[in-house]
Amino acid sequence: MFTTMSEILELASGQNLPISEIMLQREVEETGRPREEIIARMREHLATMESAAREGLQRVDRSASGLSGGDAKRLHDYYASGRALLGPQGNLAASLALAVSETNARMGRIVATPTAGSAGILPGVLLTLRERLQLGTEELLAGAFTAAAIGLVIANSATIAGASGGCQAEVGSATAMAAGAAVELAGGGPDQVCQAVALALENVLGLVCDPVAGLVEVPCIVRNGVHAVMALTAADMALAGIQSVIPADEVIATMNVIGNAMPRQFKETALGGLAITPTAICLRDRIREQGTRQGPSDPKTGTN
Amino acid sequence: MTVGYRSAFDIIGPAMVGPSSSHTAGANRIGQMVRQLSGATPSTVKVTFFNSFAETYIGHSTDRATIGGLLGLRTDDPRNRDALDIARRAGMKIVFETGTLDGVHPNCLRAEVRGAGDPVNAVGISIGGGRIAIIELDGYNVRLSGEYPTLVLRHIDRIGVVETIGTILARAGINVSHMEIDRKRRGGEAIAVIELDQAVTTGILDSLRQRLPLLTVKQLEAV
Repeated sequence: MFTTMSEILELASGQNLPISEIMLQREVEETGRPREEIIARMREHLATMESAAREGLQRVDRSASGLSGGDAKRLHDYYASGRALLGPQGNLAASLALAVSETNARMGRIVATPTAGSAGILPGVLLTLRERLQLGTEELLAGAFTAAAIGLVIANSATIAGASGGCQAEVGSATAMAAGAAVELAGGGPDQVCQAVALALENVLGLVCDPVAGLVEVPCIVRNGVHAVMALTAADMALAGIQSVIPADEVIATMNVIGNAMPRQFKETALGGLAITPTAICLRDRIREQGTRQGPSDPKTGTN
Repeated sequence: MTVGYRSAFDIIGPAMVGPSSSHTAGANRIGQMVRQLSGATPSTVKVTFFNSFAETYIGHSTDRATIGGLLGLRTDDPRNRDALDIARRAGMKIVFETGTLDGVHPNCLRAEVRGAGDPVNAVGISIGGGRIAIIELDGYNVRLSGEYPTLVLRHIDRIGVVETIGTILARAGINVSHMEIDRKRRGGEAIAVIELDQAVTTGILDSLRQRLPLLTVKQLEAV
């Protein structure tokens, strides 16, 4: 399977095909499953992404911990009022991304893209482009396959696990995937997709994974919202012809080097960063005391 | 250890209940694999969470998801949320512990289960995006990804075992995607873990039983 963007670029340019098509062909080869079956499976995932977004935009109840819930609707209502500083696409993408991530925090059904902690970004961008570019389901499916190809490169040559590489590995990967997909959906060529991947990922390098109380809520949810907008910005830069001086594959390799060098308190252990601020410690202790859960989940030997 | 991502759906997917692909969906899949290795829903379960799992398993519902998997719930089953209650009502005795384990992936757990099926002692890692590997099974070093139909054979270490397996599968037109063997000692008990491109029929399982010095053979589904 794919390990470099340059390999994908070569395949796509050589055959004059979009990256989504290269991904689909490779998936058929690799799994031996019929093309229609693969597309049908992706269609189901797209429908799950959409329902997760819809649910998140409607619900205002809080998650079990009380740390999150209701912000997706808040942002959506705010920009609908016409007062927003950023234009409608940016705000729609951010509110949809918040919506999926809030659904995730409520233990609702989502699709990991590539992970659950970063599940808001790709749906936020795809569903926004559906409005902006008047796209049909087939085109959105192509976007999802392009995102998959990019994610495969990052997963196979670096990491997509926050516990291995910090937040840059999750939110960073998702941002790069969404940016690349957006470029293809907007009519950009494979080289511009690679540029968008590089431009997106180099702006997320070094981001640590520091979940308050160990929960996938703070700051994960707002990071999904903001990075959905960043993905669109990176895509626009690439479509405008901006080139990343450092090629995508080198940026991806750098993300891995930074991830390896990152101390473990910044890699999903909840032992560093925002997770150990005075406010976070208070919240963590309160959540533990409240016993938002009951029953045999109580550990025999604590989790400190 | 390197475990390659091979499918678009390793990246776009799994469909799952939140909140974490590695700490919730991955843990659920490890649980599903352990259940299949045992062959039944276990009645006594000890799960030890290591490293990042140990730090954050309550927040990520890793405990509920692991038990959900042991109960046979898929990653996107909303009942994972209530898995601890469901297990308790079914009479499952559960102990959770935490520890540290060096030299393995940070998302790591050991599940020791007993009950109506075979006892199983397995170490699983969750490597990101819901992808997993069982890396240790009853003291053997193995690699089980849960992404393919998989045969787990317990046999006596002997010359020709691998060839016989290969021949039987090849005659049936079954392609092997990954195979690993390990043994306790030369000529002693051994294990073969074979990931396949498609599931095999009971007829093939029977020929394996007839033609090999087999102790047990199990076929696991992809999870």
